[in-house]
Amino acid sequence: MTDLTRLSACQLSETLASGEASSVEATRAHLDRIAAVDGDVHAFLHVSADDALATAADVDARRANGEVLHPLAGVPIAVKDVVVTKGMPSTAGSKILEGWIPPYDATLVERLRAAGLPILGKTNMDEFAMGSSTEHSAYGNSHNPWDLERIPGGSGGGSAAAVAAFEAPLAIGTDTGGSIRQPGAVTGTVGVKPTYGGVSRYGLIALASSLDQAGPVTRTVLDSALLHELIGGHDPRDSTSIPEPLPPLVEAARQGALGDLSGLRVGVVTQLQGEGYQPGVLARFHESLELLTKAGAEVVEVSCPHFEYALAAYYLILPAEASSNLAKFDGMRFGLRVEPEDGPVTAERVMAATRGAGFGDEVKRRIILGTYALSAGYYDAYYGSAQKVRTLIQRDFADAFAQADVLVSPTAPTTAFKLGEKLDDPLAMYLNDVATIPANLAGVPGISVPSGLSDDGLPAGFQILAPAKADDRLYRVGAALEAALESTWGGPLLDRAPTLG
Amino acid sequence: MTTTTPALVAYGDAVRRYDPVIGIEVHVELGTRTKMFCPAEQSFGAEPNTQTTPVSLGLPGALPVVNGTAVEYAIRIGLALNCQIAESCRFARKNYFYPDVPKNFQTSQYDEPIAFDGWLDVELEDGTVHRVEIERAHMEEDAGKNTHVGGSAGRIHGAEYSLVDYNRAGVPLVEIVTRPITGAGERAPEVARAYVQALRDIFRVLDVSEARMERGNVRADVNLSLRATPEAPLGTRTETKNVNSFRSVERAVRYEVSRQAAILDAGRSVVQETRHFHEEDGSTSPGRVKSDAEDYRYFPEPDLVPVAPSRAWVEEIRATLPELPQARRRRLHDEWGFADAEMRDVVNAGALDLIEATVAAGATAAAARKWWMGELARRAKQEEAELADLAITPAQIGELQQLVDAGRINDKIARQVLDGVLAGEGDPEQVVVSRGLEIVSDDGPLLVAIDEALAAQPDVVEKVRGGNQGPVGAIIGAVMKATRGQADAKRVRELVLERIAG
Repeated sequence: MTDLTRLSACQLSETLASGEASSVEATRAHLDRIAAVDGDVHAFLHVSADDALATAADVDARRANGEVLHPLAGVPIAVKDVVVTKGMPSTAGSKILEGWIPPYDATLVERLRAAGLPILGKTNMDEFAMGSSTEHSAYGNSHNPWDLERIPGGSGGGSAAAVAAFEAPLAIGTDTGGSIRQPGAVTGTVGVKPTYGGVSRYGLIALASSLDQAGPVTRTVLDSALLHELIGGHDPRDSTSIPEPLPPLVEAARQGALGDLSGLRVGVVTQLQGEGYQPGVLARFHESLELLTKAGAEVVEVSCPHFEYALAAYYLILPAEASSNLAKFDGMRFGLRVEPEDGPVTAERVMAATRGAGFGDEVKRRIILGTYALSAGYYDAYYGSAQKVRTLIQRDFADAFAQADVLVSPTAPTTAFKLGEKLDDPLAMYLNDVATIPANLAGVPGISVPSGLSDDGLPAGFQILAPAKADDRLYRVGAALEAALESTWGGPLLDRAPTLG
Repeated sequence: MTTTTPALVAYGDAVRRYDPVIGIEVHVELGTRTKMFCPAEQSFGAEPNTQTTPVSLGLPGALPVVNGTAVEYAIRIGLALNCQIAESCRFARKNYFYPDVPKNFQTSQYDEPIAFDGWLDVELEDGTVHRVEIERAHMEEDAGKNTHVGGSAGRIHGAEYSLVDYNRAGVPLVEIVTRPITGAGERAPEVARAYVQALRDIFRVLDVSEARMERGNVRADVNLSLRATPEAPLGTRTETKNVNSFRSVERAVRYEVSRQAAILDAGRSVVQETRHFHEEDGSTSPGRVKSDAEDYRYFPEPDLVPVAPSRAWVEEIRATLPELPQARRRRLHDEWGFADAEMRDVVNAGALDLIEATVAAGATAAAARKWWMGELARRAKQEEAELADLAITPAQIGELQQLVDAGRINDKIARQVLDGVLAGEGDPEQVVVSRGLEIVSDDGPLLVAIDEALAAQPDVVEKVRGGNQGPVGAIIGAVMKATRGQADAKRVRELVLERIAG
């Protein structure tokens, strides 16, 4: 019998539909795989075996009754711990939410449940999604399945590692500055940050409200399209949710896989290559570009002069919003509550003690930065200026998209670095997101597709960006590239990853 | 706790030496069915923490969505206060840590209020009109409510623990901020009170709030500063928080005038601070000084898109605004033809609605005024109640007056009918029947009574026959007494004279 964990979500969906295997079998196979390898990978913070198996059994019963089911019904999924799940821990990787069981589901989780996807559990992440390595998780870091000594990326390293280690065919990530795409790049998986407003943020524990976006983490472009169509679309509970329907994504992926990109203009962003980029990463990037040209695309060079300031603007806007979003964690209503060791037990002192004990260093660093940036007298110089830069970056994108249908770059400047390597150097860590951040500042969608192995034998990612609400272009180009690369490799890149367990 | 109470300058002396400038911030809780940013219902008096959602509890992941009805109400208020309505405006976060603020920030509006640049003419009791300029009216959410348990008088100091009820958290508020109100002089306290009262009346007429002061639906913060002359620049102000009755607004202004005058007289400077108002003695005292109080780190709320009311919608709302209290008073004044002083008395007694309804029930304005401002006002005063709280309706007064007009009862009997209605014996008609109060119009029993009276007072009969009609009143009085007042005195007189002439 085939190993159900090695199938893509789309393949598994067909296997379930044909009756070759049941959802209970598929779910159990993944739970077994988690049991076998997660001790090494540590992708999960919480495994919800009973809940997942109950959903699977229900889907099997409904299928047996002849009910028409969603294509992904019965296909298990892992959910990043920053997404609120009813009755299931949701810590966002923080001690301050240890033991909190949410009384409600995020909108996207409601949609997963309604479609019958068994939720395997919650995946590890940098605390409150602040980081690029999962090393800032309060519950220990995850490991890169390609090399357990290395980071799986972050903040959504758990979701990417789970999918790369065949612990789950699908996962949900969130991307505030690259937290879906960068882990995708360094683990050889596919990750999509949809257009801002494309997937409801209701039930996402907010990091930076104007930047956060949930999206799919998968092993194939088509799987991402399937998942994206399921979780995306308007939600009246999120005011920033886009009212119009999504463009057809699955169709775009299937069409792209046919390999014809004639008439497509691909813009290479001058500012997102060169210095700071690992040679092997750049080599894979240029080979991928070649393949796109062969498929009929026209490659043009575009300049986005203000991208230079993106990182600086991002590290003002994000901490500013985060400092306010994280204010609610005060020990008064839910989660951790710490009373001061001595002295009077006032609300203010309980709040201070709780926040002191519950937040990690990186979270405190950003809260302090953000509080400062919003302070009276500094607002214009910091937050105000950052918003102006943001407008300039949006204009850069508008100009670039006038010349090209999609923009491309390496997803991350390097492959996975060693655990601990950048932990004491926040700036070096922040620089890892230099290519992914502009998309969040402008609200445009992006995908990272594996582009091959760099000179160090580790995966690199190819990033494709499209104009807002044109997420279908990501899938068309991504699927074409994926097909072309896999034919040169003779199969999926992840077939070359070490077999764990 | 030691506070040095400054000597107070007598109010009259204070306003002779200084020019008071007031500024008032009024918060009104909107009477929408649901909260400002979530579908939790809101109603007064529900069990604590039963009217909440993840949004109003500030749970991780929850997001706000603007209540469209609250926006409409805010626009109504803005239009009634002659404001401009913003074409687009944003919400902002006001960041501060306090347990009754679930997110530790209040979603409010900062530099982009929904309504701005308005005015309201307020009328004092003697009819003087003072124009108050409105700087802005903005939307925001209310906080929860803390209850401090243990310690003294529900204060936080010395309390053993505190409970928080989040039912009120997220209730929609509109905050209305005036520009500095100048030129009121010694009448500043009255102007302040009349302004808050005028707003309360407007909220009710607009049907945007029950506007019940005692429930905290309307809350005022009163700013006050003094300056040497009306030409001098504005002085340092204090802000007295949560002054929650009309009378308190007036008292708070008076107290601060007296207090600040004493400080200035002593050559010292007024400290800019927030102050608490004390209902017991009408005084104010300094509020808690918060170390981070002045920096709320406002920034645009990223979870909400701007509110952009279309001009067509604004005009639609404008077109459906009800008649506002002042315009209505002017119209009724004209329609009823009361003298200015009479009209003012009616307004001040809270009898306007009652008289209008009584007129609608068929009475003339003069008759309606006579009842409400006369007999009923007397009874309300006796019972220390508001006119509107008496157990009688305008419709019943209308009916009562109709009985008088039809000659079925007279004014004196009508007072007995009132007794019956107020005692819960039913409508006037029922009381007349059950108490047997109808005027005796059948001459038969009347003649019997007259004959008895004539027989009892032959000397009077003699005098009248002699051409002196003066003493006839004695006979009439005896007849009225015998019929317990139910006879028509005019008819009795006719019959008596006929009989004597007879």
